[in-house]
Amino acid sequence: MTPLALRIALIHLRARGRQTLVSLLGVATGVGFSIAMAALMQGSQLDFINKIIDATPHIMIKDEFRNPAEQPAARRYADGAVALEGAKPTEELRGIKGAGRTVTQLEAMPGLVVAPILRGQVVIRYFGKDEAAAIVGIDPERHRRVSQLAGDIRDGRLEDLHTAANGLIMGDGLARKLGAGMGDTVTVSSPAGVVFKMKIVALFHTGVISLDEGEVYALLKKVQVLQDRQNVVNRIYVKTDDVYGAFDRARAIEARFGYRAESWDEANQDILEALKIRNVIMYTVVAAILLVAGMGIFNVVSTITFEKLRDIAILKSMGFREADIRAIFVLQGLIAGTAGSVLGWALGFGLCQIMSTIEFKVRFATDMTQLPLYYSPWHYAIATVFAMTAAGLAAYIPARRAARVDPVDIIRGAA
Amino acid sequence: MTAPAAKAADGKALVAARGVTRVLPAAVPVTLVHDIDLDIFGGEVMAITGPSGSGKSSLLYLLGLLDRPTEGRIEIDGADTAAMDSDALARLRLEQLGFVFQFHFLLPEFSALENVMIPMRRLGRLDEAAMTARAMDLLGALDLGDLVRKRPDQLSGGQAQRVAIARALANDPAVLLTDEPTGNLDSKNSAAVFDIFEKLAREDGRAVVTVTHDLDLAGRADRRVELVDGTVVSDRHQH
Repeated sequence: MTPLALRIALIHLRARGRQTLVSLLGVATGVGFSIAMAALMQGSQLDFINKIIDATPHIMIKDEFRNPAEQPAARRYADGAVALEGAKPTEELRGIKGAGRTVTQLEAMPGLVVAPILRGQVVIRYFGKDEAAAIVGIDPERHRRVSQLAGDIRDGRLEDLHTAANGLIMGDGLARKLGAGMGDTVTVSSPAGVVFKMKIVALFHTGVISLDEGEVYALLKKVQVLQDRQNVVNRIYVKTDDVYGAFDRARAIEARFGYRAESWDEANQDILEALKIRNVIMYTVVAAILLVAGMGIFNVVSTITFEKLRDIAILKSMGFREADIRAIFVLQGLIAGTAGSVLGWALGFGLCQIMSTIEFKVRFATDMTQLPLYYSPWHYAIATVFAMTAAGLAAYIPARRAARVDPVDIIRGAA
Repeated sequence: MTAPAAKAADGKALVAARGVTRVLPAAVPVTLVHDIDLDIFGGEVMAITGPSGSGKSSLLYLLGLLDRPTEGRIEIDGADTAAMDSDALARLRLEQLGFVFQFHFLLPEFSALENVMIPMRRLGRLDEAAMTARAMDLLGALDLGDLVRKRPDQLSGGQAQRVAIARALANDPAVLLTDEPTGNLDSKNSAAVFDIFEKLAREDGRAVVTVTHDLDLAGRADRRVELVDGTVVSDRHQH
């Protein structure tokens, strides 16, 4: 039965060639733009996530607690109203207590790479110019494994921190603002009042202005002295071999060590939620495009059913069932959907190729950027499923009407 | 043309109407046919005649299971069709009934050969070669052997109507139901079509039921049933 239905369906569509072509192009446009948009959306999303994942540790353990410890008085009088007057907390030296032991224990866990950090603020002076910056104290050997800093260094090497007494790795943007360069010595002062003369041993460039103009790196020991926080670390960077399992690992680490452990996805939750909303918007737009394309198919199949009422009647008189008649017209929609989808694949691929050649400059980045595109067969499959569903539904409505035609009415009318 | 001789031999009605009434629902209901009892046997050509609006075509559509009676029942080869669903009725039409209408109703995009093969393809009992051979045989027997590749718009009225007859016979039905089959034909072609009907009844043992206004042709039928206002007023054998 199917080959006959297919044959009749094809003949009907050919007889309505121009109208069929228009509806088919509608589907192709919908599928093509859907593929291109999906490639762009997912490309930009992955690019963004990869930047987050590369630029930040998968898990950051901070010297703070998600839930502050309960006060002893509140614990003692759980049901009472407790008021403390004139109580002043002692000034506490902040940092992760027992950081060395924590690092050792974390390193013993499978799939984790760990680096202790001390992060603070400094003012850097060079020939009368002052710039505030974040200083990050690192252990170069460990830091290399959790960060892409080594890869971002354009001039010098990460290990060069060991070659100078007070070596400093500076963002190239900050160096430019200060007018300093490789080998120059700058004055670095901390809020603790400690002042170091530090030599620029390397320059890095990430392409992110806030980092290139606002961050410097030095040896952990030097930063501890500079910040007057001997043996203190206030961050532990953790890299895991399962990036997308970082949230669960962070929860487990926090449960074990008590300090707040934040995974990259938790830290960027708001942005990731925004990306999800963006995807919903995109697929809504695609569905709307394909709905319009479906209307084209509805139009052509409706016209054909109207024109072919006599044929429908005679086929039914011959012994064709309602399902057979329905199949003929649903097939017409599916043929238009299939042909439109295949054309749409070519259109989508072509659009992606064109977009991949476009270069432009982002306002807050220092490099020329290309549109981030991600090619996936799933984009083609999803667009096709959307298109075929729209085409099938669009054809089903007139097909059902055609199948219910009473042959007697038509034959009487034609006689 | 193969002969379903057994269908004629046992004397059992191939199609039977028992108290068949068809009323069109409306503000004022219209009775198309009323309380019709009729047995149609293999090997006979039966003409249904009567004035316009007497219910001839309505009766034919009821006998051919294209329409359902409001009262009474239609039996095909002894099987009551009243309780059958639309798919079962379609199956009976496909296997046991063939229709020819006043207008040939050939599918315009298909050749004569393809039109004849459509019911066979739907039935799906024969392979492609066997279907083609049978369609060629049917068309050849109706003197259309040279026109098998022609499309309906390339055929004369008489030729197209003969293709429609071949199509009606494609699945070897026991009953051929024809509604004014000569209405659009000249007298020569009309006579030729009626010759075919006689041959199908006499040689193949089929039942041929034809609705006609042409009293000369009706006079050639074995049996003539006359309707007036939806009721059988006479049912007589003529030869």
